[in-house]
Amino acid sequence: MSQAAVEVKNLSVSFPGHGKSVIEAVKNVSFKLTPGKALGIVGESGSGKSVTARALLGLAGGQVTADVLNILGTDARKLPDAQWRELRGGKVAMILQDALNSLDPLRPIHREIADALPLARKARKHAAVEALRRVEMPNPTVRADQRSPQLSGGMRQRALIAQAMIGNPAVVVADEATTALDTRLTRLVLDQLHELTTQGIALAIISHDLAQIAQVADEIIVMRHGEIVEAGLTDQILERPSHDYTKQLLAAVPAGVPRFVPLAREVSQGATPQAGLPRSEASRKATDELAVEVTGLSKTFGDHVAVDDVSLSIGKGATLGLVGESGSGKTTTARMILGLTAPDTGTVHIFGEQFTPAKEIERRALRDRIGAIYQDPLASFDPRYSVSQILINALSQGTTSRARQYRKRAEELLETVELDSSVLSRYPRELSGGQRQRLAIARALAPEPDILILDEPVSALDVSVQATVLDLLDRIQLETATSYLFITHDLAVVEHMSDTIAVMTNGQLVETGIAEQILNHPRHTYTQELMAAAPTWGINRAS
Amino acid sequence: MTRTGKFLAGVFVALIAVAALFPSLLAPGSPLAVHPAEAFESPSLRHPFGTDESGRDIYTRVVHGTADSLTIGLAATGLGMGIAVVLGIITAFAPRWIDSVILRGLEVLYAIPTLLMALIIIAFTGPGTTPAIIAVGLSTAPGYARLIRTHLRTLVNSEMFDAATVLGHSTWRKVRNHLVPNTLTTLLALVTLGIGQAVIWASALSFLGLGTPPPAPEWGAMLASGRTYLHFAWWMTVFPGLAIVTVAAGATLLGRSVTRRST
Repeated sequence: MSQAAVEVKNLSVSFPGHGKSVIEAVKNVSFKLTPGKALGIVGESGSGKSVTARALLGLAGGQVTADVLNILGTDARKLPDAQWRELRGGKVAMILQDALNSLDPLRPIHREIADALPLARKARKHAAVEALRRVEMPNPTVRADQRSPQLSGGMRQRALIAQAMIGNPAVVVADEATTALDTRLTRLVLDQLHELTTQGIALAIISHDLAQIAQVADEIIVMRHGEIVEAGLTDQILERPSHDYTKQLLAAVPAGVPRFVPLAREVSQGATPQAGLPRSEASRKATDELAVEVTGLSKTFGDHVAVDDVSLSIGKGATLGLVGESGSGKTTTARMILGLTAPDTGTVHIFGEQFTPAKEIERRALRDRIGAIYQDPLASFDPRYSVSQILINALSQGTTSRARQYRKRAEELLETVELDSSVLSRYPRELSGGQRQRLAIARALAPEPDILILDEPVSALDVSVQATVLDLLDRIQLETATSYLFITHDLAVVEHMSDTIAVMTNGQLVETGIAEQILNHPRHTYTQELMAAAPTWGINRAS
Repeated sequence: MTRTGKFLAGVFVALIAVAALFPSLLAPGSPLAVHPAEAFESPSLRHPFGTDESGRDIYTRVVHGTADSLTIGLAATGLGMGIAVVLGIITAFAPRWIDSVILRGLEVLYAIPTLLMALIIIAFTGPGTTPAIIAVGLSTAPGYARLIRTHLRTLVNSEMFDAATVLGHSTWRKVRNHLVPNTLTTLLALVTLGIGQAVIWASALSFLGLGTPPPAPEWGAMLASGRTYLHFAWWMTVFPGLAIVTVAAGATLLGRSVTRRST
């Protein structure tokens, strides 16, 4: 057991709140970072995990107090700015979340990576190329001269890792470094991070995603409301979680959970009115009737073939999971099915009736039967509308009637999505991410559709919120036999939600089949790669 | 804006409105009354802003000039905005090639500085109040048109619009429920900001002798006539100048607060 690289005891960070109040973002947090080991810090938005991480670089802001804040042998509690800067540049490095915004789009990445090095210009560039080579950037010499917009998301993230590594740091803090990436890139970056620990670096990896952290971390601390609720070795946390919150987080991970089994388990007595509802395969009203039938859809934007000859079908009351990485054409397919983008060729039929190609006026009669939910619900609401206006607008076909019947229906819709009717007078921007998505679902349900197109509906949500939204979607499907087209890049989610799965890459559907078969016996090489990259949970989930 | 800020803004707008609509309430005398014996008097109780070379009371002239300057500002902005709304709607909704043609044309016009463009237009129409309105209106239109087009395009391609389409709302309802209200707030902000600008440009034209002809009390023209006597009768230029600055700054501040409120 070697000396700890970073030792933190009773770290607290507080910010001035409204008026004279004080917001305690982090309360009495203690942990150690050891060379060659990875510490995972897990928590949901607002849990204080990022503030904790930033405190290790003197970037927390606010009022930082600690009994011990020892960074590489330096007492960092009262460190002047100049010395912090020395630590940050060299010995302690941070990998940021948003690779798109953290790299200057106007400068070649070798300058972004190595500018801080006290070397001659040529040597700096050489060092940058070396650093890129170490993170396995393809074609490092060519890439070094390019600017961030010319790189893919994964390359950018690797450039950021190279940037963090250039000063040979002893401590690396990775804050949500994989959050914006899709499955395969996440895998790559996680492997890179793991590689760092084998080089003897002390790593802190911060994420809201327990499954990802578990791939890399040796130890995990679970944070909630600024406090550590549980800390321990990774295996121990995963297999024998002792705190209720940790159990809840683990249960919320959809990987490996059979269909219609609820994910959100309120450990303390919660308010979810879901008891007594039938939740089994047997109670489903799925029939052989086809809800959606898509044949030969293609769409080209300029020279770019976005969607190439896609055919799929969704049965009544069933869910088709559409999986693919960013840029694979999933969203364009969804837009064509919804009649928002006109396809170059191909047809869409809804319950046997032609939906596309058709004029919008002819389509309108069928519009009630198909609804949509988007990844960013806030953008899909008129910012001037309150919750009740949004729902009444949807219920009344866009007339601005104040009729009482609509108001009552609006309240019923909120009840369906488990939102309190007190939100009626509020505005979507005042709601939390989960509440917004519920509102989006309520609005989509207003015309009582038979089909819902869900485009990454839970990607922006925390795991436990995601669990409640997925449970809600399950319940709605069981009660109303609504068909879902569930678009996502998250394999765990698709596994939990789908009857059949279609895999898309480069605009083409490479494999379609029963969910179980695609997940366990993928035939196409792309699907196999995708499955191999998914985080594996080798843990007992029976508890 | 703070409460005091709002109060001051209200008082200011009221004052400007009274000066423009009922100038005699604030300055009972005639702006054209000549008193050669009282020429070049410095500010005093009798003549708070002093008098000019013909003995006309500058205060009376500044107050009575409000209507003229403001009319030009409002009419020019209205004209520019009217043209811009039409062009903006055409470019936002017409087929792509029409959009490109109009857009390129607008870009050419946009490349010419506004005042220079106004001068070119005056060169064709000749000087006067109406030509000044037309000149300033036409010169500001390209800028507004581009803003409106972008705004409409963004709205039409927004998820908010898509969501309404998916819910089966007709085009007319989408326009009424989402497009018009969301555009109006932006337009209001643009107009308020624009009036201040237009007042300055109109005054600039009059200063050059291309706008309202003398002896009518127009602020820009007053600046021009005072320029000759600047070395001993500073009040002849300072007070009309202050009036221009106050109205332009006031309109800009109001516009800013409208913008902030609508976003």
